[in-house]
Amino acid sequence: MINFSNVSKRYPNSYDALKNITFTIETGEMVFITGHSGAGKSTLLKLIAAIERPTSGSIIVNGQSVGALRGRTISFLRRNLGLVFQDQKILFDRSVFDNVLLPLQISGFDPKAATGRVRAALDKVGLLGKEKARPITLSGGEQQRLCIARAVVNRPSILIADEPTGNLDADYAHDIMDMFRSFHQVGVTVLIATHDAELLGGAQQRILILDHGELTA
Amino acid sequence: MSVWLSHHSYAFALALKRLVRTPFASLLSIAVIGITLSLPAGIYMLLGNLQVFSGQVSGAPQLSLFLASDASRDEVAQIGSRLKRHPQVASFQFVPKDSALQQLKQSSGLADVVDSLAQNPLPDAFVINARSAAPEALELLRAELQQWPKIEHIQLDSAWAKRLDALLSLGRMVVSMLAVLLSFALVAVTFNTIRLQILTQRDEIEVSKLIGATNGFIRRPFLYFGATQGMAGGGAAWLIIALGVHLIDGPLADLAQLYTFDFHLYYLSPEDSVSLLLFSTWLGWLGAWLSVASHLWQIEPK
Repeated sequence: MINFSNVSKRYPNSYDALKNITFTIETGEMVFITGHSGAGKSTLLKLIAAIERPTSGSIIVNGQSVGALRGRTISFLRRNLGLVFQDQKILFDRSVFDNVLLPLQISGFDPKAATGRVRAALDKVGLLGKEKARPITLSGGEQQRLCIARAVVNRPSILIADEPTGNLDADYAHDIMDMFRSFHQVGVTVLIATHDAELLGGAQQRILILDHGELTA
Repeated sequence: MSVWLSHHSYAFALALKRLVRTPFASLLSIAVIGITLSLPAGIYMLLGNLQVFSGQVSGAPQLSLFLASDASRDEVAQIGSRLKRHPQVASFQFVPKDSALQQLKQSSGLADVVDSLAQNPLPDAFVINARSAAPEALELLRAELQQWPKIEHIQLDSAWAKRLDALLSLGRMVVSMLAVLLSFALVAVTFNTIRLQILTQRDEIEVSKLIGATNGFIRRPFLYFGATQGMAGGGAAWLIIALGVHLIDGPLADLAQLYTFDFHLYYLSPEDSVSLLLFSTWLGWLGAWLSVASHLWQIEPK
């Protein structure tokens, strides 16, 4: 469960990125956040993962007050979140397999069990045949799927994606969205920020609309 | 427990991998550490050798007590009994002036000169073996006996040993200073190596933090790297010293032979070897720790 109450975020020497945001996302829900670029979508996602801190208001994720977390507890919070970053953050100095392995190494997973987990995650996103490949040789869509595999390998209860279809053509984008829907169907809470109205067309899910830092729907 | 173990084995494996991935740079760093450490450690070892040598040569320290030429028989006997009671005196031997003259006559081949003397110019003397060989104790004893009546002069036969000892403690002081300065340099070497690594692994550190790595998780491979490199450097220093001893020992023994000494260099003792390795490991760890502490906070995910 994710709960925002009266959350504002002001960057130093800058405008208010978010103004007085209040909403709740129940466990197992799939929610889209949309709005023009600069509306505060990324900031909102970063607040959930404690990458940024709110200027005021409180954020509760899985029963923990995120604003109060320090040091190690932030790390433990992030291990329960699957994050797909806007700029992907793939490590190009290692294979596809090792990229997906990293979260398991961080949580101290047994190496043998980890191998199975990584293969399962790669299988889910259809990259099993490319586990030894270098990420640089993958297409844009494949790189995005690699990011998703890395986000879900820890089997997080919440999956958060920032513009996951940002620079993909329509076919790839629909593939990616189907993937997120399948995670939602097995009970994962999914939160996706996108400015791509096309993707929302047939969506039955709840949509949060941000406009200049304010929640309008 | 298994998580702890898996974290540490992961960190150690990663450190080794990084060390091997840039073999030339790693070897150079290890060589620099080895050469730097071998200097103070080598001098320390040589000083130890000199100490053993001086102990071998000087043997039991002796004091020669020369009495005033006008000392009477009673006064001589009194000094003898006082020496017998003195706690610092292990044993002593009285050398009357007549027998000293006799000895001189026999040993020096100056019989004619000695015979021509109108009177015996030599004083009565005591040769004392002190209980303690420590230079300070000998000096104290000398100062005390000097105060006694009718004692003209006291010769400390191990005076040169004392000078050597003073030189050795000066040497040890210099080695300590050298060790402190060079240790600082070594910490700096590791500090910079780790700094470069952190910079090249910026992406990895940032991503790791974003997906839930604790600072400890990120710090650990660097600490292992520093410690491993330090230990390898210590090993290199040990090898350099051992090789040095091996090369120098032969010629030095030949040289000593010319001065009728039987002299061989000692290698670093097992205790000293272990200390050297532990110390260099610790220095590497310290350098890595300082570097990580001062650079890691700069890489915060945004």
